[in-house]
Amino acid sequence: MKSAKFTRKSLPLAVAGAAALIGLAGCERPPQDVVQLGYNGLGMEAVINPRINAAKIAENIPPAPEPPAADIPAKAKDVYQNVQVLGDLSITEFNRLMLAISKWVAADWPEAERCNYCHASENRALDDKYQKLVARNMLKMTLDTNASWKTHVADTGVTCYTCHRGQPIPANVWYTDPGPKLPDLTVATGQNAHSEVVASTSLPYDPLTPFLLQDHPISVISMNPLPPGEPVERKSIKQAEWSYGLMMYISDALGQNCTFCHNSRSFFDWDQSTQQRTTAWYAIRHVRDINNQYILPLKDILPDNRKGPLGDPLKVGCATCHQGAYKPLFGASMLKDYPELAPKAQVAAAPAPAPAPVAAPVVAPAPAPAAAPAPAPVMAAPAPKPVVAPAPASAPVAAPVAPMAPVMQPAPAPVAAPAPVMAPAPAPARVMAPAPAPVAAPMPAPAPAPVAVPPPAPAPVAAPAPVAAPVAAPAPAPVVAPAPAPAPVAAPPAPAIAPPPAPVMAAPPAPAPSTSAIAPPPAPKLAPMPQPMMPPPGPGMN
Amino acid sequence: MAEYQNIFTQIQVHGPSYPGVPMEPGHWERQIKPFHLYWAGKLGDAQIGPIYLGATGVLSLICGFIAFEIIGLNMWASVNWDPIEFIRQLFWLALEPPPPQYGLSIPPLHDGGWWLMAGFFLTASIILWWIRTYRRAVALGIGTHMAWAFAAAIWLYLVLGLIRPVLMGSWAEAVPFGIFPHLDWTAAFSIRYGNLFYNPFHMLSIAFLYGSTLLFAMHGATVLAVSRFGGDREIDQIVDRGTASERAALFWRWTMGFNATMESIHRWAWWFAVLTVITGGIGILLTGTVVDNWYLWAVKHGVAPAYPIPVHTLPDPSLLPGGAQ
Repeated sequence: MKSAKFTRKSLPLAVAGAAALIGLAGCERPPQDVVQLGYNGLGMEAVINPRINAAKIAENIPPAPEPPAADIPAKAKDVYQNVQVLGDLSITEFNRLMLAISKWVAADWPEAERCNYCHASENRALDDKYQKLVARNMLKMTLDTNASWKTHVADTGVTCYTCHRGQPIPANVWYTDPGPKLPDLTVATGQNAHSEVVASTSLPYDPLTPFLLQDHPISVISMNPLPPGEPVERKSIKQAEWSYGLMMYISDALGQNCTFCHNSRSFFDWDQSTQQRTTAWYAIRHVRDINNQYILPLKDILPDNRKGPLGDPLKVGCATCHQGAYKPLFGASMLKDYPELAPKAQVAAAPAPAPAPVAAPVVAPAPAPAAAPAPAPVMAAPAPKPVVAPAPASAPVAAPVAPMAPVMQPAPAPVAAPAPVMAPAPAPARVMAPAPAPVAAPMPAPAPAPVAVPPPAPAPVAAPAPVAAPVAAPAPAPVVAPAPAPAPVAAPPAPAIAPPPAPVMAAPPAPAPSTSAIAPPPAPKLAPMPQPMMPPPGPGMN
Repeated sequence: MAEYQNIFTQIQVHGPSYPGVPMEPGHWERQIKPFHLYWAGKLGDAQIGPIYLGATGVLSLICGFIAFEIIGLNMWASVNWDPIEFIRQLFWLALEPPPPQYGLSIPPLHDGGWWLMAGFFLTASIILWWIRTYRRAVALGIGTHMAWAFAAAIWLYLVLGLIRPVLMGSWAEAVPFGIFPHLDWTAAFSIRYGNLFYNPFHMLSIAFLYGSTLLFAMHGATVLAVSRFGGDREIDQIVDRGTASERAALFWRWTMGFNATMESIHRWAWWFAVLTVITGGIGILLTGTVVDNWYLWAVKHGVAPAYPIPVHTLPDPSLLPGGAQ
């Protein structure tokens, strides 16, 4: 009797326990470490799972630097032919870098063959492999990044390894997502499908195309407490979902939550955001610049298996470098071992990569460049078509991208670009509302330039510090402070650097290429902002 | 002892099936011959049926079915009629309201028109069901409390899907039909309008919601605790001494000095529940129509405190020279 009762009572408990276990299966096992990032009670904190982080750290240890090069003054461009980038390096420095690059991007190849991933084996001066043309453009991109985008990469800089990690194609590249195939008479909404890009939410599954390739405005939150008084275009909730999707992507790419950059009680407010948000702001523009200046021009020389279903080249996003770490390689700088990748001056913007005709092959005549064996693709995709050496006449001149245009103009009321390609658009005329709506207008009195900003406070902002120190990182400059040391926080905008010239908005915004049937909405009317976005927190606000 | 702690009904009283109080002329007949179901008796009354359908009930079910089909078929179409993907992604799929450029006009069916139609039929179904609850209450000669409580929930539904979008001049402001999509919409709604937690009506709604659960727990526990003394016959015992009802009252007077009565506790619970959705609806209605950023509104009115900011902040880069957007 007693036991029968016990069984009857414990059965539901057992069922409930099993259900709870199943429900929790997707959760991480506690305990997690929590690092406070903001004032008490604001919930601004980084949650770090030490077990997951240990694996992450192991994946993010940079390779040992190549041994230093012998000091030989001969320049690479005087010894080799067709050296268009880095020709001023000494020949030994140049060779050392080439050797390092071969390991950075083709680690899986046999050592003796690695050069052939990009170079024609019979004559390395030839430009007959698309890989070499791509590599040249990527080198320009790296030089430009280290020279002009310190607001993003600081002095840590990037090398090929930051993204490539030994693979010819970095792991987290992206292409414009055409969305699921739809039957006739249906229109893609651009959202409501399972997508890892937006961290398995139902938010728009490709927020990268409108924001990391095109320059649609990201901010959606009103800067005024009350609605505008006149009928103006306003951001709709649908647009908020696009921005939200981008934020989910960034959060996932950096392995951080919202409060790494934002005070979540007021997402828009720069006065309450962390410095990381400023870095991210520049990072978004940097990635846009990379995709437009250096990736898109490769469209015509890349084989199909290096493109998305819509024919766009595989592009760069936050995850491409960050790979789940709040700083790529947890802040270990490889650039210091390869200072030649950080030129002092800005390199010329990359023109469309066209193979330069080689005047005189040095090694061998090599009459049949097409015979080069197809390199084994790393993406399980079919082998890339051997690129037949293009005749100089038919050089694939990719559509020239607008130059970097470092215009320092204060951007007179930038005409806000139309809404993201797919659907979201500002809500049309409002019925009720007072006050002009500022969406993105120049401030009459802009805040002081970042030069004036004092160095970062010794706050425990160092974020995932405790565990994040790359153990084996040879980097003498531990960007990731082990412990809440007063280490400088992530990349404060280097004082000497002028704010980068927001490249994307300098050019007039192109009309949104409407890939869907939805006509782009009319450009929103922008009123100049009459006053600062909010009164500074005063004593009377408690 | 333990039988009083069981979550299932322990003693099932079986009388002969009872068809209910006599019907007045002019009503439909009740359907389904009553029968008893033991497992239903574990949770509630063992007698199933009869059910009263009536004209409003039948019409409501038809409209609800149409809305359900429109939503489900549109979701299925959005995975290209793939049955596996339909099940795999069911929680992600949605029927979206029209894009903003249509404003309040009637969009093409494939571009939000289906949403409008589903919304129409769903609303019709809900309103018809409300009429039914009201008329059934009258027919039984009981109060219409349930109908009005239901109406409070309908108010919130109408504000979200009809009244506020009309005031905003755009169907796009409305909620999509979908499991995760409507949750993501809720988060995006709060973000777009500067954090809904600073909306005082949202605060009230939360207070009433949590209060409802507290009251429910207190009352449910109280009645179960005194059921050994016949506490489930609440109103019977309200004026008697030594009854379950008085013991329940004494418990709360001893522990907190004050108690609801067996009658007033239900009044509290009803108002808390009803006010949850009424205040919630007001809060939604004010969002975007008269307040564009709740956080800034709260700063303006001294609601949101200022915190010391130990994190060193930087100015908005878009406002710096050369910045844009």
